[in-house]
Amino acid sequence: MADSTAVSANFRTCPDTGLPVHLPAQNLIKANAVFAVVFLLIGGIQGLMVALTRWPAVQLLPDDWFYLVLTGHGLNVLLFWIIFFEVAVLYFASAILLKCRLATPKLGWVAFALMLVGAILANIAVMQGDSTVMFTSYVPMRAEPHFYLGIILFAVGALIACFIFFGTLVIAKDEKTYEGSIPLVTFGAMTAAIIAVFTIASGAIILIPTMLWSMGLIGDIDPIMYKVIWWAMGHSSQQINVSAHVAVWYCIAAMLLGAKPLSEKVSRLAFLMYILFLQLASAHHLLVEPGISSEWKIFNTSYALYLAVVGSMIHGLSVPGAVEAAQRRRGFTQGYFGWLRKAPWGNPAFAAMFTSLVYFGFLGGISGVVMGTEQLNLIMHNTLYVPGHFHATVVAGTTLAFMGITYLVVPLIFRKEIRFPTLAKWQPYLFGVGVAGISVFMMGAGTLGVSRRHWDSYFTDAAEMGLSFSYPDTAFLMMSLNGLSAILAALGGGLFCVIIVASVFFGKKREDNAAETNPIIGIGGGEAVSSYGSEGTLKLPGTMTLVAIFFTAFFLYYWVNWKYLSEVWPLS
Amino acid sequence: MAIFPPEDRLWWKQPLHWQELTWLAVCLVWALTMFFTMIVWHSIGDQNLSNEAYQISPDKFAERTEAMVEKYQVREEGDSGIPVVRPPAESEVYMLARTYQWWPVLELEKGKSYRLHLSSMDLQHGFSLQPTNINVQVHPGYELVMTVTPNETGEFGVICNEFCGIGHHTMVGRIHVVE
Repeated sequence: MADSTAVSANFRTCPDTGLPVHLPAQNLIKANAVFAVVFLLIGGIQGLMVALTRWPAVQLLPDDWFYLVLTGHGLNVLLFWIIFFEVAVLYFASAILLKCRLATPKLGWVAFALMLVGAILANIAVMQGDSTVMFTSYVPMRAEPHFYLGIILFAVGALIACFIFFGTLVIAKDEKTYEGSIPLVTFGAMTAAIIAVFTIASGAIILIPTMLWSMGLIGDIDPIMYKVIWWAMGHSSQQINVSAHVAVWYCIAAMLLGAKPLSEKVSRLAFLMYILFLQLASAHHLLVEPGISSEWKIFNTSYALYLAVVGSMIHGLSVPGAVEAAQRRRGFTQGYFGWLRKAPWGNPAFAAMFTSLVYFGFLGGISGVVMGTEQLNLIMHNTLYVPGHFHATVVAGTTLAFMGITYLVVPLIFRKEIRFPTLAKWQPYLFGVGVAGISVFMMGAGTLGVSRRHWDSYFTDAAEMGLSFSYPDTAFLMMSLNGLSAILAALGGGLFCVIIVASVFFGKKREDNAAETNPIIGIGGGEAVSSYGSEGTLKLPGTMTLVAIFFTAFFLYYWVNWKYLSEVWPLS
Repeated sequence: MAIFPPEDRLWWKQPLHWQELTWLAVCLVWALTMFFTMIVWHSIGDQNLSNEAYQISPDKFAERTEAMVEKYQVREEGDSGIPVVRPPAESEVYMLARTYQWWPVLELEKGKSYRLHLSSMDLQHGFSLQPTNINVQVHPGYELVMTVTPNETGEFGVICNEFCGIGHHTMVGRIHVVE
C-alpha cells in the first residue's frame, strides 16, 4: 500500500464540483472519450453516405461501396463510438463519483490499446472489401478472419474495462470512500457493466468459432444458432446503452439542477429489472425464423412479461420527475409546467439530456415494443422500420445523451472551456431534430414495406433481369425526407465533433476560479451526483401529465399496428 | 454528510411515493396486457407464423421444388425465363431462395389456402411479400412450412430483405393472385 502522500499526489480537487479526481482515471477518461469521438466522426460520415445513397434522387454510392460503407457504419457507431464512451462513463462513475482511486490504471491502458487495435483492424478488414457482411455478419456469409478478430480484441478490451470498474467498486467499499449505498449514477453504470459481461461473453462464444470457421478450421456453423447467440450480444449490448444513458440522464440532472431521484428504491429497482429480464433479448430478432416455437418467442421477446420494459417506463417517470422536483425545490413552482419552461434549455448538456429522454421514450421505446411483439414483427421484420426504431434509441437516445454529458466532461475533466458556446447551444437541437426525422421517416418507409440494407429502391437492375417491383410513391417521399433529415443530423453531429475537438485541443484553459465567474455545475450538483438520497415530499403534476400523454401514445400506436396486421394475408 | 440515520441509507428500505406506485401499477397492467395479447392472437387472430419447420438439405429441397414445377408449370414469366407454377388449392407449394433469385413464380387463387414451403440454397434471405407486407426469414438447411391464404388479387413482389451479397437488390420474385 502506498503511503498517504503518494496517494494524495495522484489526486486533484475539482474546483467546480469539489470532488477529488484521481489523475490516472482522468487520463483514461480523456483517452477513451477522445477516441469515442473519432469513431463517431468516421461512422457518422459513413451514415450520411448511406442515407444519401438511399435517397432515390441522389443515390450517392455505387452498390458495392454502399454495402461496404453500411458495414463500416454499423461497426463504428454502434460498437466503437458507444463502447469507447461507455468505458469513459464507467471510469467516471466509479473513480470520480466514489471519490476513489481507479483500480489498476495500467491495465486500463492495456484495455484501451486492445480496443483501439481491434477497432482499427475491423475497419481495415471492411475497407479491404472482402468483409462486406453487414454489422450482423450472419453465417453462412463469410468475412475475412481479421474482421472477427478485430471485434474480438475490441470486446476483450471492453471486458477488462468492466472488471477495472468492478475492482474500483471493491476498493471504494474497502477504503470507505462513501457511506451506505453507492450513488444512483454509479448503480446505473454498474448495471451497464454487469450486462456488458454477459454480452461480451455471448459475443466471444459465437465470434471465436465463426472466426475459426472463416479460417477453415471448423466445417459448419448453424445459422439459427448463430443468430440466437449473436443477438445475445447484439441486443443485450443495446441494454448496456440504455443503462448507461439512463445513468447519464440522472447524472446531468443531478449536476446541473441538484436533482435527486424521487425514490432510490424505485429507480434502482428499474435498473435491476434490466439485469434480471433481458437475457434472451435475442428473441426480438428471431420472431420470424423457422424452427423456433411461439412459446419461446412470446416469453423471451417480452423479456419475461415485459418486465424490462416496465423498468424503462419507470425511468420515464422518475427522470423527468427528478427534474421537476428539483426545479420546484429551486422555486420554479408556477403551474403544471413552469419548472419545464424555466429549465436551462440554453445549456447544451440539459438540452441534450431532456430531448434524448423524450425521443428515446416516444420514438424508440414505443416502436421497439411494437416491433418486438411476436405477430407484429411479421409486418416489420427487416424493413426500414428496424433501423428507424434503433436510430431513435441508439442515436437520439444514447448518442444524444452522451453528447450532453460531453459538454460537462470537457470543462470538468479536460479543464477546457467549451469553444463556440453559441453554436454549442444549438447543436443538440439540430442533431436531435435530424435524428428524430431519420427515425420517423425510416419507420414510415418501413411501414410501407421498404427493405432495409437495400441499394436499389427502384429495382432498376432487377427489372433488367426480368422481374421488377415498385414501392408506393409515398415510400419515396419518406426516403427523400430521410435523406434531408440525415443532412441535418450530420450537420449537428459534425458541429459536435468540431466543438469538442476545438475545445479539447485549442480551447482556453478553464481557470480554477471559473466556478464563480462561469459556473457550469448547479448549486449542490457535485454533492447530489456523488451521494445517495431520495427527494423528500413530491408534487409532480407536470411529470404525471407527461407520462399520461406518453401512455396514451403508446396505447394507441400499439393497437393501430394490430389493425395493420389484421389486414395482411391470413397465415397460419 | 449523512442526512439519514444509518438504517435509512439502504436503497431497498426507502419509502415509495403514491405517484410512483400508481405509475408502476399502470405499467404492470399494460405489460401483462401486451403479453397476453400475443397469446390470445394465436386463437383469435388470422396472422400467426407457423411453427412447422424441418431440417432439410438444399439439394433435397431443390428436388422437391423442381418436381412441383414440372407438374404444375403453366408458362414462363415474361422474358425472365422463370417458370410460373399454378398449383391446386390446399397443395404443397415450394419456393426456393438462392443468390439472387426466388424460384419459381407462383400463381395462386384468391381465398384459397396453400402450404408454402420456403428454404434457401445458400445464404440467409428475407422473404418480403409486398405490398401486403409479410416478412419472413429464410435459412439454408431449414424448411419453413406456412399456410397462406391470399385475400386480394394482383401481382405481388417477393423482395429479398436480408442482405445476401452484391446482387442482393436484384433478387426479386413474384406471386400472382387471381380470382
